[in-house]
Amino acid sequence: MRSLFISLVSEFYKSKKTLAFWAAILLPVIICGLISFGFYSGSEKVLALHYPPLLLWLRYIGAALGVMGVLILPFYVIFMAFSVNNIEHKNDTWKTLFAQPLNKFSIYTAKYLYAVVLIFICLLLFGGLTLAFGHLLQILIPKYSFNQYDPSFLLSKFYFKLFLSSLGILSIQFTLSLVWGDFLKPMGVGFIGTIMGIITGNVGWKYAYLIPYSHPSLVLNSSTAAKKLSNPADFEIFTQEIYTSLIYAGVLFVLGYFIVTRKSIK
Amino acid sequence: MSDYAIETVGLNFNFGNQTIVRDLSLQVPKGSIYGFLGPNGAGKTTTIKLLLNLLRSPADQVFIFGKEINLNRIACLKKMGALVEQPAIYGHLTGKENLINRCMLLGIPRIKANEMLELVGLTEAANKKSAKYSLGMKQRLGIALALVSDPELLLLDEPTNGLDPNGIIEIRNLMIELSTKHHKTILVSSHLLAEIERTATHVGIINKGRLLFQGTISELHLLSKPMLEIEVNQSNQAAEFLSKAGFENVSHTDKTITLPFISSKHSGEINTLLIENGFTVSSLYQQRKDLENLFLDITQQN
Repeated sequence: MRSLFISLVSEFYKSKKTLAFWAAILLPVIICGLISFGFYSGSEKVLALHYPPLLLWLRYIGAALGVMGVLILPFYVIFMAFSVNNIEHKNDTWKTLFAQPLNKFSIYTAKYLYAVVLIFICLLLFGGLTLAFGHLLQILIPKYSFNQYDPSFLLSKFYFKLFLSSLGILSIQFTLSLVWGDFLKPMGVGFIGTIMGIITGNVGWKYAYLIPYSHPSLVLNSSTAAKKLSNPADFEIFTQEIYTSLIYAGVLFVLGYFIVTRKSIK
Repeated sequence: MSDYAIETVGLNFNFGNQTIVRDLSLQVPKGSIYGFLGPNGAGKTTTIKLLLNLLRSPADQVFIFGKEINLNRIACLKKMGALVEQPAIYGHLTGKENLINRCMLLGIPRIKANEMLELVGLTEAANKKSAKYSLGMKQRLGIALALVSDPELLLLDEPTNGLDPNGIIEIRNLMIELSTKHHKTILVSSHLLAEIERTATHVGIINKGRLLFQGTISELHLLSKPMLEIEVNQSNQAAEFLSKAGFENVSHTDKTITLPFISSKHSGEINTLLIENGFTVSSLYQQRKDLENLFLDITQQN
């Protein structure tokens, strides 16, 4: 446990100057900021539609979720999984890392966990900033009705499900980035996967849940469907695609360990 | 308790069908500077990786301070610091940050980073991105990283690779200081004997995965048999004459003839014999084969 903790702290320390780390913070700030700016500058048009508080929130949340979930999340995961491993590939530090008096499995787990934590931070910020900026909009434009509905439970559920749905992609990309030191190969596979995921997820293909890249799209589609209900937070978290995502994550996590222990010795 | 910092017992290692290390029995005494010599591709780096458990050795073949490495990986690694091949440095971090990161991993107070920077003379470059370091500076940072945990045993794989003469001297002096003042055991690999001849107390010579020689530097010197070199006119005829007179192993170049040195008296007799037979001897001296040639002989013969 101690090995795992200090390896995790070291991962944060090592990557504090990398884009992968800062992107986890900047992406939510920029996207939520832009959407809020849109709601601020185009407030008259939005107000003219006379949304009830719940629908206003849903439109506002949906704007961020739509952009984020379908495109940015998969690409961020692809890039971040690459970056976390590339730190070691680029500097040829795998063998030094494994020559430290620490448990090898803990070193690897810390790396994987670090990637998971980054996605978590990114999505937590998305949820948190959506809520915060919504209330800020209310202060700036008092005619909005953001203060008449509390979306925090709904937001937490959406983003938590999105987080779980991203773990399958993360594990595939993490494993690919362990095998290949260069950016193009995992990026290429990830790009094709993401396009496939969007298409299969949106057309509602029966077996789309088997492709991890479609999981965020499936989650978003199911949440869009939920919007029609009187209680939008009434959707299941652990659906078929989430189980599939977690199974992918579990299997590939173990496989990754065997790859990395063999790779580090070259 | 074992007297050896490192002991391998008939160590064998294969990559697929290819045997990289054969029946290797290293014995590195505590407190020594052990020069691990061999040409490129002889199996030095593989051996070092086995010693660090980066490659898994067969059971009961590698012992670090008397402990079997596979069973005591973490305990063994705690006593070791290593620089394997290129120094493993995170280029986007400064020298100091690299050391702080290592301190974190080893559970050592961060203040130790400054001490290490001073030891390897990098205090002024502490806050410079290490990707911008010169090769020598990177190498020194690599050594600082290996030393940060104050290990009893230091494994340095070709630490002077690519360094200029000043850099080589600095590393050499650092090794001597670590051994004499801080009583570290150092295993340093190289493909050049001359490079570690001046620092090593013990030498192991490896080629094609086999240990060809192991012992102290003086034992290695003893292996080199002294030769008698005679500068003489008509060296061709002189050599032929000596061979006919019953002297063995006589070789010659344009100006000199060389034969095994036996004693001063014997050398005098040869001199007299040559002069009496009309040759002009301009000089006659005992020559010891230098270690570099001896090393070449040992590695080439096997």
